[in-house]
Amino acid sequence: MTTVDDVGSATALPEAAIDDETGAPATRVAPVKRAGDGFLGRFLPPAIMFAIFIGVWYLYSTLAFDQAFQRRNALPYPHEVVVDGFLPLWDPRQGTREIMGYMWPTIKVTLLGLGISIVVGVCIAVVMNMSRYFERAIFPYAVVAQTVPVLAITPLLTQVFGDKLGVRLAVVFLIAVFPIITNTLFGLQSTDRLHHDLFTLNKAGRWTRLWKLELPTALPALMTGIRIASGLAVIGAIVADFFFNQGDKGIGFFIRVRQQKAADRPDMLAGTITASLFGVVMFLIVGAITARAIRDWHDSANHG
Amino acid sequence: MSVVDESLDQAARDTTARLRFDGLSMVFPDGTHALEDISFSVAPGEFTTVVGPSGCGKSTLLRIASGLERGYTGGCDVDRDSIGYVFQDATLLPWRTVQRNVELNAELHHVDKDERQRRAAKAIELVNLTGHEDKYPKQLSGGMKMRCSLARSLVLNPGVFLFDEPFGALDEITREFLNNELLRLFALEKFAALFITHSIAEAVFLSTRVLVMSARPGRIIGDYEVPFGAERPHDLRFEPAFAELCGRINDDLKGAHA
Repeated sequence: MTTVDDVGSATALPEAAIDDETGAPATRVAPVKRAGDGFLGRFLPPAIMFAIFIGVWYLYSTLAFDQAFQRRNALPYPHEVVVDGFLPLWDPRQGTREIMGYMWPTIKVTLLGLGISIVVGVCIAVVMNMSRYFERAIFPYAVVAQTVPVLAITPLLTQVFGDKLGVRLAVVFLIAVFPIITNTLFGLQSTDRLHHDLFTLNKAGRWTRLWKLELPTALPALMTGIRIASGLAVIGAIVADFFFNQGDKGIGFFIRVRQQKAADRPDMLAGTITASLFGVVMFLIVGAITARAIRDWHDSANHG
Repeated sequence: MSVVDESLDQAARDTTARLRFDGLSMVFPDGTHALEDISFSVAPGEFTTVVGPSGCGKSTLLRIASGLERGYTGGCDVDRDSIGYVFQDATLLPWRTVQRNVELNAELHHVDKDERQRRAAKAIELVNLTGHEDKYPKQLSGGMKMRCSLARSLVLNPGVFLFDEPFGALDEITREFLNNELLRLFALEKFAALFITHSIAEAVFLSTRVLVMSARPGRIIGDYEVPFGAERPHDLRFEPAFAELCGRINDDLKGAHA
């Protein structure tokens, strides 16, 4: 891959030229055009899966219930979800615009909670990386934050964080921080021993080492952690709405109050689908940021 | 930062030496006896190479010289103000371009930005990487990575240059070209070089002096002045005198394994 530059440059070095002749470790590999990379190859498979999914849905709604009112009570047809749930698009009282109105608080809680989880999680991982004792002291509690049934301790959380934005952020944090901590810590600890030696030889201090060596090394792992956490944060924000009535009510609230009456079921499903799509969008955005951040230098960035 | 054994005979000292071992021994905490009674010195313009079997403690010697390893006994006096260290691996930071990698050592020594960019440009030119400044390590071949690593050390104008089998992972042809490049740099910069390798031919081709080290615990069991001058053409490797010296070192090494 280096041919043009090497041969063309005035200082052309024998060694670089030789690299080309011998085919020695040429590391830059051009993206190979594989079968299935075209438009159809990319979009047809998921489209077929979607069609099958909708088909099974219709089949189940039709066959599982003897009478129409039962079906409507349990699982409306997909077109009912669209017509009664998502339509009309532009009425603040109903349909998509109403759903979006409930989405904004959820999006806010998700992004804020995720942001807090990233900042605090990275700080915790950095502290744990400083000493084995810190790691041993903190790790069990990081695990507990992940495993504690958040919903069971909602009264306690309300006591501490109030019943508005604060407690919603707390729920998101408790659910989302663990993958940030573990992935960042793993990344920090994967720093090459020789790189550490290099920094030692240059008399680098702890913070220089952290900033110029360990954190960049940990970046790909951190981004993986954020990707996992972003999905969890969406779930946390929605779940919090099920338990806290005060403050800005999000899509979770919208879903919860439409679980009771059969007539509201299409709305409920429309809200659920919108919330899921938001999770997907978060996942894609974080993926895109990751690719942007490390595409130049990290091997994993080539497989997109 | 120097460690000097005061009991040594002052007169016996080569006062110009940038690197000196006096009766150096190293036993690791786990009981591994790595080095025993190592004594030699390297002055500016001297290129000393240590050859020895794998695991004989060559790398430990280098790590002690650089200050990375402590806990030795005996004397180790190294001018560490300006030390160059080239690792077995190029150890480039993958998120930095060639330019920024070459600047790294200067950056860590708080050399200001303009100055280190200027020095880096010069070092990149010295190792013939001009035109590749904006590439990332994953876009470079093994030999180019190693030259980038060399440039990174050159930026600090080291008086002492330590090489820990830097070309061991490269193919023969690349290695020989880099040997020539290194000789050229050595002729220009006149540093004191301590080079570790397990390739006898590489040792003889590069050095003014070759030391042979025994299997663990590492001792110096052979000491050869290399008679070839500063100008070393590529085909020196095929001269009878070259082969003869390699043969003698090889005989020593066979004894080292016994």
